[in-house]
Amino acid sequence: MDQALVQGQKKSSFSNLVLRVPGILYILLMVVIPILVILQDGFREGLSGLWHQITLPLARHAIGLTLWTSALMTVINAVMGLITAYVFVRYEFPGKHILNAIIDLPLAIPTLVTGVMLVMLYGPQETLGNFLLEKLGLQVIFAPPGIVIALLFISFPFVVRAIQPVLLELDRTQEKAAETLGASSWMTFRKVVLPALILPTISGSLLSFSRAIGEFGAVVIVAGNIPLKSQTAAVYVLGAVESENRLGASAISILLISIALIVLAIANALQKAWVARR
Amino acid sequence: MNQEKQGWGAWLLILLVIAYMGFLIVAPIIAMVRGAFEEGLGAIWQSITSAALFQSLFLSLRIALLVVLVQTIFGTLIAWVIVRHQFLGKALMNGIIDVPFAISPVVVGYMLLLLFGRTGFFSPLMDTLGVRVAFALPGMFLATLFVCLPFMIREMIPVISNLDWSQENAAATLGAGKWTMFWRIIFPQLRSGLIYGITLTFARALGEFGAVLVIGGGVQGRTETTTLYIYRSLEERRFIEAYTASLFLGSFSVLIVYLADWLKRIQDKKKQMPSGEIRL
Repeated sequence: MDQALVQGQKKSSFSNLVLRVPGILYILLMVVIPILVILQDGFREGLSGLWHQITLPLARHAIGLTLWTSALMTVINAVMGLITAYVFVRYEFPGKHILNAIIDLPLAIPTLVTGVMLVMLYGPQETLGNFLLEKLGLQVIFAPPGIVIALLFISFPFVVRAIQPVLLELDRTQEKAAETLGASSWMTFRKVVLPALILPTISGSLLSFSRAIGEFGAVVIVAGNIPLKSQTAAVYVLGAVESENRLGASAISILLISIALIVLAIANALQKAWVARR
Repeated sequence: MNQEKQGWGAWLLILLVIAYMGFLIVAPIIAMVRGAFEEGLGAIWQSITSAALFQSLFLSLRIALLVVLVQTIFGTLIAWVIVRHQFLGKALMNGIIDVPFAISPVVVGYMLLLLFGRTGFFSPLMDTLGVRVAFALPGMFLATLFVCLPFMIREMIPVISNLDWSQENAAATLGAGKWTMFWRIIFPQLRSGLIYGITLTFARALGEFGAVLVIGGGVQGRTETTTLYIYRSLEERRFIEAYTASLFLGSFSVLIVYLADWLKRIQDKKKQMPSGEIRL
């Protein structure tokens, strides 16, 4: 009996290894080694070589454009995501179910197709694009506004879907109490509802930011590849790869990966903090 | 519940949300459908039956199915290990899983070029094996695999954490073998997660563009997937063909994701659980 028990344990620890080792190896081979190789390549001329590549005028502009368009998208997405989640959870209106299903559409549509759709709406030959360009002097396609709109489309679900479950679970007795005590609905929202939603909003927004700085498919179609005007960092990397500028490609890639991973880590930490607080 | 209290402020917010979503999501979709149909059904039919599109669809499907197969096995295995095992570095592994989500597709393709390109790290090994990875199917497969890595794992982790073990214990007491237990008791509980994970991975794999562009090069007839076909059609200003292929690829992806969502809702209803939203 004892022996059988010991044998069983041995067997189970062996079968544990049979599962664990391939899993760990798979992650190592697929994710860790490629990142290590790009780090080794980018630093082969030291930190100064890497820094030199990042601060070249074309690269600097591409990085700056990527960061500011992503940041602007993140702010708009945070505000509109918050409002959208609130409206969907708290209000009733005709067509709500259809719109609720549409929230997730950007996740299902390939980003390249998103780019094509936006060109067909805002392109200079199209009705709306022509109107914006001729009457308002606003160029969307092959310009920064197009990048921001493309990023907004792609990341729209992130914030909404981060807030919705929190709002659904929110205990409403406090809100009722505040209303009974004569607080206006705006006051109730600001003092009672908003504090509970801040963390999920920020973590969802950071998630969309980390996604946006690497976005390629939609952006390359909408913004094209005009250096110093509409060339983003990811498109710059493509150009560097095609022109065999290996150090440049590796340097900008390392910068993009680092920013994305730091932002992702902060988003995850915030989410954990929020779960722990609950 | 709150309906009677919806004042003008509420309606203002509702209108704002409808307008925002209409402008951001609905308008581009309508523009694409209209654009594809602009030159009539004949033009659509002609572009949808082109040999290059068929070839690219076939390649995309092949890569996507292969990725789904590998990801289903390894994704479930890794999720299982993360939920049920304790070992050193588990938290790190759990964090690394999300990394592909944050890396630009172009960078993914470039990393694979560094590994398997002309002067790549693994190139001597691949040369002796006689396998060509860069600018060939294996490279495009690896790129898509990398990009799709988190979906299956993230879908399966909650499913495996919520497994109901009481039935398994009962079955073991009654003398059921390990395989019987797995197929009769564990697998049915994993099924809805599997369906959903497979669908998300499949849709993501079909739509992958940046990574396969860099590692595959988009050579027509050889390494051209459907997204690369769309890209080339745009560059060669064959717009109707690009629009039609986009409409086709977009509708197909949306259709399968919503189908999976619908299946999941049915399964959840059976289990009397609250239905989840689409997550990616």
